[in-house]
Amino acid sequence: MTLTSRRPAGTATARPAARARRAGFLTPPWWFVAPALLVYAAIVLYPSVSGIVYAFTDWSGIGDKSFNGLANFQHLLSDDQARSALLHTLLLTVTIVIVQNGVGLLLALGVNARIKSRTVLRVVFFAPVVVSPVMIAFLWKYVYNPDPKAGINGILGMLGLSDLRQDWLGNPSLVVWSIAGMVVWQYAGYSMVIFLAGLEGIPAELREAAMIDGAGRFQQFRYVTWPLLAPSLTINVMLSTIGGLKLFDQVYAATGGGPGYSSETLSTVLYKQAFVFGKYGYSTAIALVLALFVAAVSLVQIYYLRGREVGV
Amino acid sequence: MNHLRYGLRTFALEIVMIVVGLAFLFPVYALVVLSLKDSKQIASSPLSPPTSPTLGNFSRAWSSASLGSALLNSTLITIASLVCLIALGSFAAYFLARCASRLGYGLYVLFLLGIVLPFQLGMIPLFKLVDHLGLLGTYQGIIVFYTGIQLPFTVFLYTGFIRALPRDYANAALIDGASHLTAFTRVVFPLLRPITGTVLILNAVFIWNDFFTPLLYLGGSAKETVPVRIFSFVGQYVSDYGLVFAGLVLAALPIIVVFLVLQRYVIRGFASGLKG
Repeated sequence: MTLTSRRPAGTATARPAARARRAGFLTPPWWFVAPALLVYAAIVLYPSVSGIVYAFTDWSGIGDKSFNGLANFQHLLSDDQARSALLHTLLLTVTIVIVQNGVGLLLALGVNARIKSRTVLRVVFFAPVVVSPVMIAFLWKYVYNPDPKAGINGILGMLGLSDLRQDWLGNPSLVVWSIAGMVVWQYAGYSMVIFLAGLEGIPAELREAAMIDGAGRFQQFRYVTWPLLAPSLTINVMLSTIGGLKLFDQVYAATGGGPGYSSETLSTVLYKQAFVFGKYGYSTAIALVLALFVAAVSLVQIYYLRGREVGV
Repeated sequence: MNHLRYGLRTFALEIVMIVVGLAFLFPVYALVVLSLKDSKQIASSPLSPPTSPTLGNFSRAWSSASLGSALLNSTLITIASLVCLIALGSFAAYFLARCASRLGYGLYVLFLLGIVLPFQLGMIPLFKLVDHLGLLGTYQGIIVFYTGIQLPFTVFLYTGFIRALPRDYANAALIDGASHLTAFTRVVFPLLRPITGTVLILNAVFIWNDFFTPLLYLGGSAKETVPVRIFSFVGQYVSDYGLVFAGLVLAALPIIVVFLVLQRYVIRGFASGLKG
């Protein structure tokens, strides 16, 4: 309130009070949020905070636990299993993000065209998304069967490419790529529908204007479509990165982390450390590293990819 | 892409896309073909179309995986969790969207934090807590888990939608003397139908297919969900592909059928909602 206010003195004080009273009357009561907050605190907040604390202890589930500083994290760096899990997780995540979104974009461009099969193909490519990843993994375990007559090997034989037959999941240097392949197969359709939603939001006049200005197909894509797809790309890269970092079901069902440690991920290792070896403290330390990766990647991507986004 | 007519270029693209679609469906072809063959046919020619298809695998898979009870468990857990999520989530979001104070905003940010936190961070403390409360192997334990773990995402979707909704409808009811409860359930909630649909679809697909937590909470009990039951079933009959694939077909069929019936809504839901 300043002396230069032009409002009549009476209403200047009366109105905000009346408004506040009215707003108070119109604001829903606190108990609307209380049940949700309670469940959220019990299931997410309290356990997560405990998890952060336990990451610095030698907790084994039974008996006392004592703080052991950074010992769990030092162990993580010297533990071959955890180190290779970290490496595989990053490798899988980068591969899945690039290939899944690349394939998803191509599929989206394909079914966004005026082809007659577009509706059917959309449904076909999206269908695996709604099926349980565990079941997809078992299906792909057959596709990757080492038997020369079965799965991909059988197809390669029929095509006269018998030399390319592989033990897809049994070969330690191939297994990570094979798992990436099944994840991409399942979720490329997810990337596709997000890109499609983006493509449908681009006004046709923009591309027509570019065409009239003499832009070729590639130039239309490069200078009109691609920049305007930035929001879809942000969502897709975020979703596939977080999905890749947390990858568990597919690996656990298809290989169990093997052969040896050659397909362990952070999630499978932290599961085994807890429920096979009873090393709860160490397991939560791995979970904390995973959480930091997810949080860091989310923040970086929000800042970096959002910066690319332009308005129509 | 030619928007004006169906030219040669579009035709070529059509052919390419159909070939890609067929190649994409190869695993599904193998799944169906193998589930219709006995082990002798699978050994001799696994990928050829079945010469004398048999449904024997299906009846054997249904009984040896006790899929009936697993489907019942999954259905019950999914529906109960969805009811809790929609009830708690919509009420909370309505408060968060309409509360102008700093408290409202702070709580909203607190809920959003849950979208970024991977559940593995709290996995073990929560498992111990659920165990301590005697809720392992029960419906209640896993239903409360799904409600808590999916609330941040649900609240996020509802709050965004409610913020864009005019306040006048609820205010009119309140001024006419309705309670907040009545104004919300009778006036506001029906207006939330589009976003409730999205919340329903995204959470249903997640809960129905989730594996890790039901494996921990329900593994070995009579309340196992479909993915957990299939996991142990496959482990038991791993080399009998005909039987295993018949089990997979039966287990995947319900959600595939629902998807095909509701495909427009499901695809729209996934395309619009940000899912962590």
